[in-house]
Amino acid sequence: MKRVLSICLPLATFAVIAAAWQLLATYGGFPPKLVPGLGKIAEAFLRLASDGTLLAAAFATLYRLGAGFLIAAVVGVSVGIAMGRRQWVEDTLLPIVSFLYPIPGLAYAPLFVLWFGLGDIPTILLTGVASSFTVIINTWKGVKAVKPVWLRSAEVMGARDRDIFRRVVLPGALPYIMIGLRLGLAQAWRILIAVEMLMSVKRGLGWLIFGAQTFLNTDVMLATIAVIGAIGILLEWQVFGRIERWTVVRWGMVAA
Amino acid sequence: MRKGFSWVAFARGAAGVAALLAVWEVFARSGMYSTAMTPPIESVGRVIWSMLADGTFVKNALATLARVFIGLGISFAIAVPLGVLMARHWVAERIFLPVLSVLLPIPSLAWVPLFILWFGIGNLATILVVIYASIFPLVYSVWTGVRAVNPIWLRAATVMGADETTLFRKVIWPGALPYIITGLRLSFGRAFIGVIGGELLASPKLGLGEIIFNAAEFLDAGTMLATLVGIGVIGVIFERFVFQPLERVTVGRWGMVTGTQSLKN
Repeated sequence: MKRVLSICLPLATFAVIAAAWQLLATYGGFPPKLVPGLGKIAEAFLRLASDGTLLAAAFATLYRLGAGFLIAAVVGVSVGIAMGRRQWVEDTLLPIVSFLYPIPGLAYAPLFVLWFGLGDIPTILLTGVASSFTVIINTWKGVKAVKPVWLRSAEVMGARDRDIFRRVVLPGALPYIMIGLRLGLAQAWRILIAVEMLMSVKRGLGWLIFGAQTFLNTDVMLATIAVIGAIGILLEWQVFGRIERWTVVRWGMVAA
Repeated sequence: MRKGFSWVAFARGAAGVAALLAVWEVFARSGMYSTAMTPPIESVGRVIWSMLADGTFVKNALATLARVFIGLGISFAIAVPLGVLMARHWVAERIFLPVLSVLLPIPSLAWVPLFILWFGIGNLATILVVIYASIFPLVYSVWTGVRAVNPIWLRAATVMGADETTLFRKVIWPGALPYIITGLRLSFGRAFIGVIGGELLASPKLGLGEIIFNAAEFLDAGTMLATLVGIGVIGVIFERFVFQPLERVTVGRWGMVTGTQSLKN
């Protein structure tokens, strides 16, 4: 009974939501251009999918996400480790990092347009800068959270500085670093969609939504939002689930 | 992490900030870009001063914060009952969790153009974005927090004759509070991002995002930088004077954090 319910209830919820939307679209008295029925949304999705627009936009967005996230990961992990390992680096950088951290990355967008122009490069840079702070903070906390006992016992057993870093600090801090990377990727993804709307890039999912607004193509907008959600879920499950299984779980830092 | 105040740390921090400002100043005056695009510190300072003096900053910051708090308030009012319901009743969890999991990965700002079409530009669209941005971390934290309450406490309280209301007020709520405060903190950050994005895209009349957006039209980098500094200050103020004391007063006093930590160690 419980098993049947646990499958049926979610399906029923989605069915109810879909039916409510369809009723609203058909009998709600709203202009169909603004509140399209499910059929129209599906049609828009199929049209965009079959003529390649959606694929091109998704690839353009994912390319920017990858490049931006790479910047955030490299900068964030190295700065975070430096801050965690050396007290003077922490003292020097912490005020700056904690001041910049709460500023929404999107607020820099117009400034980046002014400095770097429109297009791919400022979009990637901004995505990278905006998501690097989360990675810095989490990496720093992770290095700090490595148990001093582990460090001292490794030292006593004659490990060199490099070995301590590779065999003790890195695996010890890794669960935190992974959390930071995961949050950073999620943040980069959220910001990138909005940045694409402000930076008038060529192609991209954010651009698709923004462009469709001009022509009141609500069906296109909703279809694109659905794709954005699907990619978001895939990023979370596929990319990070897999990396975590390879590293943290294998090294026995967290349970699978 | 170092406890207490240290002059060495302070001096190093000040040196870091000074170095950053010096690099900026050299860069700004080098003539690589025009000073309108990379204004030196002095002119950014002058803009900050004039924005403070004529009340522009306070007025717009209040408009932005009002949107954040209205949105957060509505989110909180929805998220707490929903999260508690999901944690306490298995059927509610099966109904709402799939919907949340589908909506959660969609960035709130992806909805802005759609909200503009449906509700027009201005306050309503911006506040809706704030609600969308802030509600998911809250629901998740309430849900996890209530589930994390030690079942033994619940049984003990029930045996001692606590009814549903008392159980909620005296056991479940304090027990879930560390999670809820963490969620609130996360939600505030998200709401802040959402409101700035919403103001940039949905152009309501006042707001910090609106200042930045307008300054961009006039290539006025000084105003943009001044506003960014203001946004940073607001962020630091909230972290220092709202969330950290909140955590100390509620969670610390009820012994929740040290309690759970001592259990773990």
